[in-house]
Amino acid sequence: MGLSKCSLEMLQEMGLKSVEDLFTDIPKEVRTNGLRLPDGMSELELRRELGSMLAANRTADSHPSFLGAGIYNHFIPAAVRTIMGRSEFITSYTPYQPEISQGMLQALFEYQSYMAELTAMDVVNSSMYDASTALGEAALMSNRINGAKKFLVSRAVSPERRDVARLYAKGAGIELVEVGYDRPTGTVDLEDLRSKLSPEVSGFYFETPNFLGPIEPHWKDIREILGQKTMVVGTNPMALALLRPPGDMGADIVIGEAQVFGAPMSLGGPTVGVLGCKSEHVRKMPGRIIGMTADLDGRTAFCMTLQTREQHIRRSKATSNICSNEALLALGAAAYLAVVGRTGLQEIAAKNVGNMKALSARITKISGFRAPHFSAAHFNEFVVTSDEKASEVDRALLSKGIQGGHVLTKHFPELGNAALYATTEMHTKEDHDRLIEALEGIR
Amino acid sequence: MKYHQAVHDVPVLFEACEKPQPGTMFDATVGGAIPKELVREDLRIPDLPERDVVKHFVNLSQMNFGVDNGLYPLGSCTMKYNPKLCDEVVSWPSIANIHPLQDPSTIQGALRLMYELERMLCEIGGVDAVTLQPAAGAHGEYTGVHIVRAYHESRGETRNEVILPDTAHGTNPASAAMVGYDVLEIPSKEGCVDIEALKAAISKDTAAFMLTNPNTLGLFEKDVREIAGVLHDAGALLYYDGANLNAIMGKTSPGKMDFDIVHFNLHKTFATPHGGGGPGAGPVGVNRRLEEFLPVPRIIKEGDRFALDYDRPKSIGKVRAHFGNFGVLARAYTYIKMQGGNGLTAASENAVLNSNYLRHHLSKDLELPYGQLRKHEFVLSGRPLKAKGLRTLDFAKRLLDYGFHAPTIYFPLIVEEAIMIEPTETESRDTLDTFVEVCRKILAEDPELLKSAPHNTAVRRLDEARAAREMIFSWRAYEKKAAKDQAGSV
Ligand SMILES: Cc1ncc(COP(=O)(O)O)c(C=O)c1O
Repeated sequence: MGLSKCSLEMLQEMGLKSVEDLFTDIPKEVRTNGLRLPDGMSELELRRELGSMLAANRTADSHPSFLGAGIYNHFIPAAVRTIMGRSEFITSYTPYQPEISQGMLQALFEYQSYMAELTAMDVVNSSMYDASTALGEAALMSNRINGAKKFLVSRAVSPERRDVARLYAKGAGIELVEVGYDRPTGTVDLEDLRSKLSPEVSGFYFETPNFLGPIEPHWKDIREILGQKTMVVGTNPMALALLRPPGDMGADIVIGEAQVFGAPMSLGGPTVGVLGCKSEHVRKMPGRIIGMTADLDGRTAFCMTLQTREQHIRRSKATSNICSNEALLALGAAAYLAVVGRTGLQEIAAKNVGNMKALSARITKISGFRAPHFSAAHFNEFVVTSDEKASEVDRALLSKGIQGGHVLTKHFPELGNAALYATTEMHTKEDHDRLIEALEGIR
Repeated sequence: MKYHQAVHDVPVLFEACEKPQPGTMFDATVGGAIPKELVREDLRIPDLPERDVVKHFVNLSQMNFGVDNGLYPLGSCTMKYNPKLCDEVVSWPSIANIHPLQDPSTIQGALRLMYELERMLCEIGGVDAVTLQPAAGAHGEYTGVHIVRAYHESRGETRNEVILPDTAHGTNPASAAMVGYDVLEIPSKEGCVDIEALKAAISKDTAAFMLTNPNTLGLFEKDVREIAGVLHDAGALLYYDGANLNAIMGKTSPGKMDFDIVHFNLHKTFATPHGGGGPGAGPVGVNRRLEEFLPVPRIIKEGDRFALDYDRPKSIGKVRAHFGNFGVLARAYTYIKMQGGNGLTAASENAVLNSNYLRHHLSKDLELPYGQLRKHEFVLSGRPLKAKGLRTLDFAKRLLDYGFHAPTIYFPLIVEEAIMIEPTETESRDTLDTFVEVCRKILAEDPELLKSAPHNTAVRRLDEARAAREMIFSWRAYEKKAAKDQAGSV
């Protein structure tokens, strides 16, 4: 490619003749000669090509989908997109220079504030990559809190989260031990929890609502059983519009996925990992934290703080390696919560519960199907069991243009023919009708 | 050269004026669906008019500086311009409204995009296979070091040490430590790896050496092949921190330099925006013999269909749920297609040209330790400022007053009062000239102006110690403190 006139002049000014003179420090034996990639495309050509390539994707708009399992299809108000579209936010980076980055800093403080309010925790950091890595980090944090080398994890968690947590634990030489769930209710099996406790155990992770849908009623018992050990609670922050917050249950650490607040599903990423804790643990926490302070003139202002925990200062002794996080999505979550407000959020959450009740009641009326499988209370997701193989049900639905619930056979064989169905405020009665009709056709 | 950032009084959302409240009490049990003892008592989230919310955030955005506002020469971060098509594409329903657990037959477009992106990154990185799962650069390092560990374990070896140079970014040692390694930092020699020190450090415990090339000083490590040889002879692996890939596309590649494992920072080299701190993406590439350790699922091509392969017994497992930051991957894919092979090579050429142009002019005004020719970035020392009672920090803060984001400062650690400048390829000569002019002007200014800078930003210098002391990380905490202060003063 030829150089522009400006570039040539710049080279001349430096006393150089060609761009190659700038690469003489790269030894010949490691030089390559350009890239074997096609030439660039114009915006118009590319838009067309991308459009036709992506047309092969079925979207939740064109085909009703009942998938959840950690990633949910919620409504995103137009104002949220407008706010997240501000290029001053999008094209900035980590606010290393707080004086010129107050916008992002305040928005992240507001995100932390919303999350602290919803979870009733003292401090929530300004984001982790996602809930799965937040769980991994929480397992390490629990170990930092009391030094013990085993970490208990409920079986009723997403296999994706468990796998990621296992890798994080392995890196730190921590052993993950599974705690079963109670078969009829789907909630924590307290006896099993008791039997797994030992001095080597640092803490216990369970969810409410959990991966299989049930809301955990026994938090008091769990807190009591755990004694001084770390209680780590995973939650769907949308459900916290209704539910007693983990902070009230005595949680030491909270994790979750704030994708539900204003982020599209986007094939599962980017999302935003929530991680919060009691203030006594804050120095053990990973990730960036924004704090309130004042400038020289006494004006309220915000900056990153407690950075001595972090990799750029503490290097191999840091609480985590995380540097870039999911700040823009955290800002989106704050914008979402600001736009919907308390009343809006409560209505949306109630609508989710209502849809769950309505859909599960209709499914269970179909012969050969039972829902919800567990007797505990649910938020917007529930297990459906069937006489027919779950994968066959899934295939039959797909052929009718419906994406059914997530088939659980592989990871939860003990449930038999089971699938996890989610329904949110996005589903209309017609969407439910279509699913019911299709399921009736299978029987 | 005039700049003044907007200043708005924007109260925290929780202080703002609420909408009229609904007359009826909200039933959190939703008609008894949730037992009473499991519902919360209150939800202290303000109910705000949309009008006020939009005003709030738009005003906040005006108190935030991004690449779209002006030069952002934050060394090591590659703050290049982000083409707008990339942002638009990810709002299409065919990207935004798909679920990761959909049947693969219904996400063929997405799988193709990821498969092709992997292939393109293989070509750029000179590697054989790539995973897109890691969510950022540091997460890529974390993945890569797990691969190091899995590789040695598969050979029945336990090696417990990772070596890196003292110029390494903080995430390198932190990532290695998180995978369970002891970290050994070796001092550099004239800004580059000291081969003798490296040889002395290597032992049968050495699992890997982590390096970026060009290194964080912007110097190309000429002995990279020899370094690779020394490590490979000792049975260790060589890891490439891809943060600095923007300097070398089409000129060399980590694979060509004999690196075994590479991460890419899509939010740097491939123009996906930094989002005020994220999201990014940190794909990892490896050579053939390490492919079996990559995270699952692998995206495979069967005829003209794409499928997911979980059957990889030697895989390290999963580093993040699902496929990684797909929205970021789609942006990078769009960017690479837009540039093409020639465009990417030209991007590196211009990045290096712009960097050397600034280096050429500014090295006369401040100190330039270690050699002349740099790649996409260079590091000055603010040591000469000391004579006037100033520090690099003062110089950086004063740059803000002229509408330039500050360079990275105090990194790498081996340069006293470091000022790390990376202009990127997307800045025009005019911008660079203005930057030089402003730097010179600042150096001639009354030192007091620098010490008290910035003056033209939304706020002045912050009391950062107070933030750490008072630990107000949320509105809840603020209210608690306010209540306590009031009780104390009564
Ligand atoms: C040299 C270097 N390595 C690694 C990283 C970490 O990348 P990320 O922030 O994407 O995790 C950075 C980013 O700042 C960097 O500059």
